[in-house]
Amino acid sequence: MSEITTAFGTAISLIFSINSELAQIVGLSLYVSICAVLIATILGVPLGASVALLRFPGRGPVQVILNALMGLPPVVVGLIVYLILSRSGPLGVFGLLYTPTAMIIAQVILVTPIIAALSRQVIEDLWAEYAEQLTSLGASPLRAMPTLIMDGRFRLFTAVLAGFGRATAEVGAVMMVGGNIDHVTRVMTTTIALEVSKGDLALALALGIVLLSISITIGALAQLIKDRRQMKGRA
Amino acid sequence: MTKSPTAPASILPLYLDNVWFRGRGNIPLIKDFNLSLSAGTRTMVIGPNGAGKSILLRLCHGLLSPSEGQILWSGSKGRPKAQAMVFQRPVMLRRSARANIDYALSLHAVDKSKRGDIIEDVLTKTGLTRQADAPAHVLSFGEQQRLAIARAWALNPQIVFLDEPTASLDPSATYQIEELIQRLSDQGTKIVMTTHDLGQAKRLGDEVLFLHRGRLLEQAPVQQFFEQPENDLAQAFVKGELLWWKRGEGSRRDPKHVR
Repeated sequence: MSEITTAFGTAISLIFSINSELAQIVGLSLYVSICAVLIATILGVPLGASVALLRFPGRGPVQVILNALMGLPPVVVGLIVYLILSRSGPLGVFGLLYTPTAMIIAQVILVTPIIAALSRQVIEDLWAEYAEQLTSLGASPLRAMPTLIMDGRFRLFTAVLAGFGRATAEVGAVMMVGGNIDHVTRVMTTTIALEVSKGDLALALALGIVLLSISITIGALAQLIKDRRQMKGRA
Repeated sequence: MTKSPTAPASILPLYLDNVWFRGRGNIPLIKDFNLSLSAGTRTMVIGPNGAGKSILLRLCHGLLSPSEGQILWSGSKGRPKAQAMVFQRPVMLRRSARANIDYALSLHAVDKSKRGDIIEDVLTKTGLTRQADAPAHVLSFGEQQRLAIARAWALNPQIVFLDEPTASLDPSATYQIEELIQRLSDQGTKIVMTTHDLGQAKRLGDEVLFLHRGRLLEQAPVQQFFEQPENDLAQAFVKGELLWWKRGEGSRRDPKHVR
């Protein structure tokens, strides 16, 4: 028990003393996740909106695949990205394996379906409300797409936050394609896994607290956006 | 009066030629409509719930396509741009009142340099200049409906379809909307409007279309309709009797009144 208490105390002091190693790991984690979520948003929101609004052959299967991909096992994604980026893989010449870029690619693959599927639902709901009015004004579904994305921006931001939550909490894929190399590809989740296996609980706990704080902040932010939207709707 | 060479060609009259519309399960909701709507007059579409009033407006406006028959605008098929529709519950985009009108104008490819004047003009006409920069969705329901009319007005339509535009409004807001409809009509816009308010139909209408169970049972000038409706179901409706249990078409009126 005393060991845990000591580790907890050390963890707190690591956080408040802004330990350089801890700061670097947190910084890289945020960099990888923010880049991945930005790319996934650019890909996922229009993809979700297209599936919601446009009628094209294979739309049904695309919807099923998008929903199924929301639960993609990270280790499988890690394995696939590993195979593609490894020296003998199709993109091996770029030498991206065990770099933050590889981690970003893996996270983009994991997060894009989440953002796309949630965006599809948001845009579909909004279209049900707007369709008659926008069609009456002369907007085709394609022309209505940017309008609906703009009007659904708060709801879509919640989808993006859900994607960010998934990205920051992910460990399997980034471990496989990043390699958990000290000062290069070591992020919060992979460090926690490593430090626990080494028995160094202080750093693991400190990172756990930071990770938990990020998750709580994301949750609070999503709730705040929801509350503001509801207040505006009531006004 | 000679027509100006630059004046847009009239899209009216609007003809419905043997129009049927079938809903889910192939259930006919509009049955064999033959109808002509000419320019100028204010046409009130009345009838009990489920008569097909809103569907008729959506068919005419082009939001729905007929299952059978055809809709012709001045003899041509297709959906002309010079028409607009105001819904019972208008949808406002999450932007200012002014931007909502601007959006409609942009969809109609109105030159950006001309939009400002048009927007100011319709905002003034509808008494919304003070609310111009307020978010549209926080306006009162009456103001939103006025904005919906302003948005339609900005498009300079030859015909405006209004689907129970005052159904959820208090008398004061209803009065304002009726006044706007009058003014819109006075400038030459054809009005086709559904309403459950017979007093409103009398106040605003020049002619009445009476629908029951998807059929057009009577088309008559407003005074004639309210004083001497020729169809017995229309007569019962004007008297305030409940029609929901009545089947059939009532007694047919003289066909010369209905195209």
